Amino acid sequence: MERTILHCDCNNFYASVERLYHPELRDRPIAVSGDPELRHGIVLAKSNEAKKLGVKTGHPLWMAKQLCPDIVFVKPHYDLYTHFSQLARNIYSEYTDRVEPYGQDECWLDMTGTAKLLGDGKHIADTIRNRIKSELGITISAGVSFNKVFAKLGSDYKKPDATTVIPFDGFREFVWPLPVSNLIFVGGATTKVLERKCIRTIGELANTDRSTVKSWLGKCGETLWLYANGYDSSQVAKDGEQPTIKSIGNSTTLSRDLVGYDEIKITLMVLSESVAARLRRHNMQCETVQIGIRGTNLSWIERQGRLPIPGCDSTTIYLKALELLVQNYQQGKPVRSLGVRACNLSARQYIQTSFMPSVHRTQRYEKIEDVIDKLRFRFGNKIVQRGIMLSDTGLSTLDPQADHPNLILSSVHTQR
Amino acid sequence: MGKKFIDVAAHFDTDGKIIPVMFWWDDGKSYRIDRVLDIRRSASLKAGGTGIRYTCRILGKNRYLYYDDYTTKWFVEIPDDFYSTW
Repeated sequence: MERTILHCDCNNFYASVERLYHPELRDRPIAVSGDPELRHGIVLAKSNEAKKLGVKTGHPLWMAKQLCPDIVFVKPHYDLYTHFSQLARNIYSEYTDRVEPYGQDECWLDMTGTAKLLGDGKHIADTIRNRIKSELGITISAGVSFNKVFAKLGSDYKKPDATTVIPFDGFREFVWPLPVSNLIFVGGATTKVLERKCIRTIGELANTDRSTVKSWLGKCGETLWLYANGYDSSQVAKDGEQPTIKSIGNSTTLSRDLVGYDEIKITLMVLSESVAARLRRHNMQCETVQIGIRGTNLSWIERQGRLPIPGCDSTTIYLKALELLVQNYQQGKPVRSLGVRACNLSARQYIQTSFMPSVHRTQRYEKIEDVIDKLRFRFGNKIVQRGIMLSDTGLSTLDPQADHPNLILSSVHTQR
Repeated sequence: MGKKFIDVAAHFDTDGKIIPVMFWWDDGKSYRIDRVLDIRRSASLKAGGTGIRYTCRILGKNRYLYYDDYTTKWFVEIPDDFYSTW
């Protein structure tokens, strides 16, 4: 049976929500941006007026101002966006139990088999679009197709506030002339590789030999070839289904460049504590620790190393992160951003007991941190602190979990 | 159109439903809500925001009363020149 998949994408999500709450900004170009004083001054989202003048997500504020002198910058309100995202999902859930979020502002809906009850895909998409507009005051664009990839392509095709249908009969005429970069998971690097092979449209990718594409791009290439030919058969996950977490990480751009190891150590400890606490919250442990460092030239390097035994305590993660930093980053070179990530995750339920002192020590640390978690839950984060945090309270007040709840969510890399 | 937050007295029934009963204006006067005619989620494009919109009959006129479930505040839409003509 032909499936009916919808993809709903909230248009300029952050900017639309901000505009709803600030009617005086309704006809003006706006951008939601981070705090420039904390050096988070980049465009996070922009309105259509700003977009037309060339403002892009990720642009520094001075560049956005140069492109669009009338632009108004507003601060982000992540809690409000999460609230709106939940309200939109509540509406989607009234139509189907298969609602799979893809970020905060996008969702796939599986409407297969509901045509007699609720109408065809386009009718449902239009109904949902109108409801979101009247109930939430923001617009969405919807794509309707027979698989998730083309549904997503449809929602990106026409914006804002529009429905695009890509039917099974005739998808080739619709999809194949489009640029290959419109296909999901085809980013800048893949587009360049394909361009070198003279592949510019989705149709050209689809008509290339499957094994040839695989030889260019590996396993991902084969997946893209399947997508281009309309063979994507992945299911829309059920509402509330928990995805498997692949890695947990936190990163931060610092309010000033850090030069000495003493300052870097404090930030590494804050990040390690946050990552470790989140690992324990998900009842997981990691086998690999990865660090990310951005210098003043804005280049980002990532290095990773394995732990002797899997762990979820901040001391182990911190010591590994510090070891990686010392090995891979020249002392005295200023650091702009730092990130710590726990990878190779496994469930914490089966723990190998051992008489080895190193294993025993790690397990003791974990027990101590379990107690600290309980104390922090009851009395707040500052009830138990490490001595190192008192050496520079400016740096140690950083709370990666509370400052950017959505960024943290997005940094939990997931795989279904 | 502007947004005006107001004090509201409401009836919370055992099903969790909230029905406004009366509200207070900033001059201290209270107004009884005679009847709630409609309840639905709606955005207020005029005042800015979204919430549960109650269509209320007050002194013989239909008025919208919004309950913003994010801020947990009640508000009404008022014209920009409301205070100058008041």
